[in-house]
Amino acid sequence: MEKVTVITSRTVVINQADVDTDQIVPARFLTTTTRVGLGKALFADWRYDKTGAPRPDFVLNTPAAAGCQVLVAGNNFGCGSSREHAPWALLDYGIRAVISTGIADIFRGNSLKNGLVPVIVDAATHAWLIANPGAEVTVDVEQRHVKLPDGRTVEFPIDGFARYCLLNGVDQLGFLLNQSDAITRFEQGRAWQP
Amino acid sequence: MAPRSLFEKVWDDHVVVPESADNPAVFYIDLHLTHEVTSPEAFTVLRSRGLKVRRPDLTLATLDHSTPTVPVRTLKDLDLVSEPAAAAQIKVMIDNCREFGVKLYGFDAVERGIVHVIGPELGITQPGKTIVCGDSHTSTHGAFGALGFGIGTTEVGHVLATQCLLQRKPKTLAINCEGALPAGVTAKDIILAIIGKIGVGGGTGHVIEYRGSAIRALSMEERMTICNMSIEAGARAGMVAPDDTTFEYLAGRPLAPQGAAFDAAVARWRRLPSDPGARFDREVDIDVSALTPMVTFGTNPGMVVPIGQPVPADGDVSFRKALAYMGVEAGKPMLGREVNVVFVGSCTNSRLSDLRAAASVLKGHKVAAGVRMLVVPGSEQVKRAAEAEGLHQVFQAAGAEWREAGCSMCLGMNGDVTGAGQLCVSTSNRNFEGRQGIGARTVLASPLTAAASAIAGRIADPRQYLAA
Ligand code: SF4
Repeated sequence: MEKVTVITSRTVVINQADVDTDQIVPARFLTTTTRVGLGKALFADWRYDKTGAPRPDFVLNTPAAAGCQVLVAGNNFGCGSSREHAPWALLDYGIRAVISTGIADIFRGNSLKNGLVPVIVDAATHAWLIANPGAEVTVDVEQRHVKLPDGRTVEFPIDGFARYCLLNGVDQLGFLLNQSDAITRFEQGRAWQP
Repeated sequence: MAPRSLFEKVWDDHVVVPESADNPAVFYIDLHLTHEVTSPEAFTVLRSRGLKVRRPDLTLATLDHSTPTVPVRTLKDLDLVSEPAAAAQIKVMIDNCREFGVKLYGFDAVERGIVHVIGPELGITQPGKTIVCGDSHTSTHGAFGALGFGIGTTEVGHVLATQCLLQRKPKTLAINCEGALPAGVTAKDIILAIIGKIGVGGGTGHVIEYRGSAIRALSMEERMTICNMSIEAGARAGMVAPDDTTFEYLAGRPLAPQGAAFDAAVARWRRLPSDPGARFDREVDIDVSALTPMVTFGTNPGMVVPIGQPVPADGDVSFRKALAYMGVEAGKPMLGREVNVVFVGSCTNSRLSDLRAAASVLKGHKVAAGVRMLVVPGSEQVKRAAEAEGLHQVFQAAGAEWREAGCSMCLGMNGDVTGAGQLCVSTSNRNFEGRQGIGARTVLASPLTAAASAIAGRIADPRQYLAA
């Protein structure tokens, strides 16, 4: 995973609650056996019509969305399926941080493992971001805050280990492999065997 | 020691390295279930790093998600019936399992089926185990007092390589269910009512324990239906304390402990239920005696009403968008709406008791003209058991399709889809936009309600058929 420290970008806003991972990547795109190229499947059923043409009214198809790396989303973003294809698709498309009042557990975990930063903010900040699409914000993982255009900063919670991994590009599998002696001791010392 | 909950006991028993402010716990996994859709990339990572599967003996694989539900005996058959990308994915799974020494229940296995159906059926899902799968409905296994939760593909790789995950301890939520369940009201209606009450994000960050007399009274299959949908309330996992119902279910199953080992296991399992006085971070009470059959009206499982009640009104943008997608009007009931497709299946409701329930309503009736009904058993063993008691004849005589085991129209990955604008009454777990096909409209319900709706050609209350 590449290091992630600071992301500065205009925002794109999808003001809808409970956006599930079936919307982020519909199941019919899951027959792939690699993670590459999923950006084209991102929000496919909202982005394209039956003929495959972009729907002009969907926000990602508007000129203002081009190049935005920060997605402001409704509460409980990423609920539903555990498919890691959801953060893969967002990243492949170019989104590097998601800001919401609530982000679903599995999606949040999957995002952190791929360098997509989940940012939880308070309702007032969220309402402001929703009302001001295209605002230029800075998501600072080092400082654990989001900087708004007026210079105000809003802190967001992030697990210390997850932050460390983002800042240093730590590969968690490598970390776990280093625990192999402890794992062996655990396996041998158990009161029962599965 | 302070009183501990069921979850805490299972958690404590699997901590390899405790969590600290700086680091999550290294957490041991007793059973890793895999399927064709979320594992390929994980095996690719292992291969590229020269790693082995640490415990192939604790790893099981099956084919379910993108697997066709028409008969496939050989890979040649597969090429004929399957969408090419899905067939390729299935072959990758077969190759990965062979290369890494993972036991696969493939097309040649009578044990093949939906991953969350076969674990319990084989008896490898057991109380006190930690069970993961690259699938969010791994919560199903919590019905046995196991801690089962879904993981992403990166974590599938972690478990394959190390049998461990890095985890922060979640919070606990007790849902106390009391009262006697009225006739025609099922476990599916209980969990839909719970999600309606706490909301689709209501369980986020928590592991749920379903407790109370109403849960004790349920069969294992009913408990699985409830735990299955814990994720639809945002919870990582749902659990039920193991009891005699659990032990009776497991006794004699092929991968459960046998003989004296089984008795020893039961003695250990009896210590798992939450201690009196165990504390939960939150508690919610439900009186199940007041429930009726439930149906969803929107595009998430929390948008649910008692079957005869009008769809509520709400000015919220997301809510209005959901109603527009469903073609549903606030103030009118779902009861009586025209139905195009009925799907009985999925890891929520595809076990033998679910098929029996659907057949009990359907028997002697016909599926209404113009309605397509698809019945998809959760496993090949469920299929055989159902056929042994003639359930397939009830379905076929009524005009329903009787299929091979798989996820099928639950997620519409390999040809089993509902058309755009069509309404499907489904016993599955997700009514998300497009889940069952582009533009498909899903109404979640119990097998009883699904069967009643198939006969009526409209969303129907199953109690009218039970009384008759
Ligand atoms: S039946 Fe549906 S919910 Fe269950 S594992 Fe298959 S796709 Fe997932």
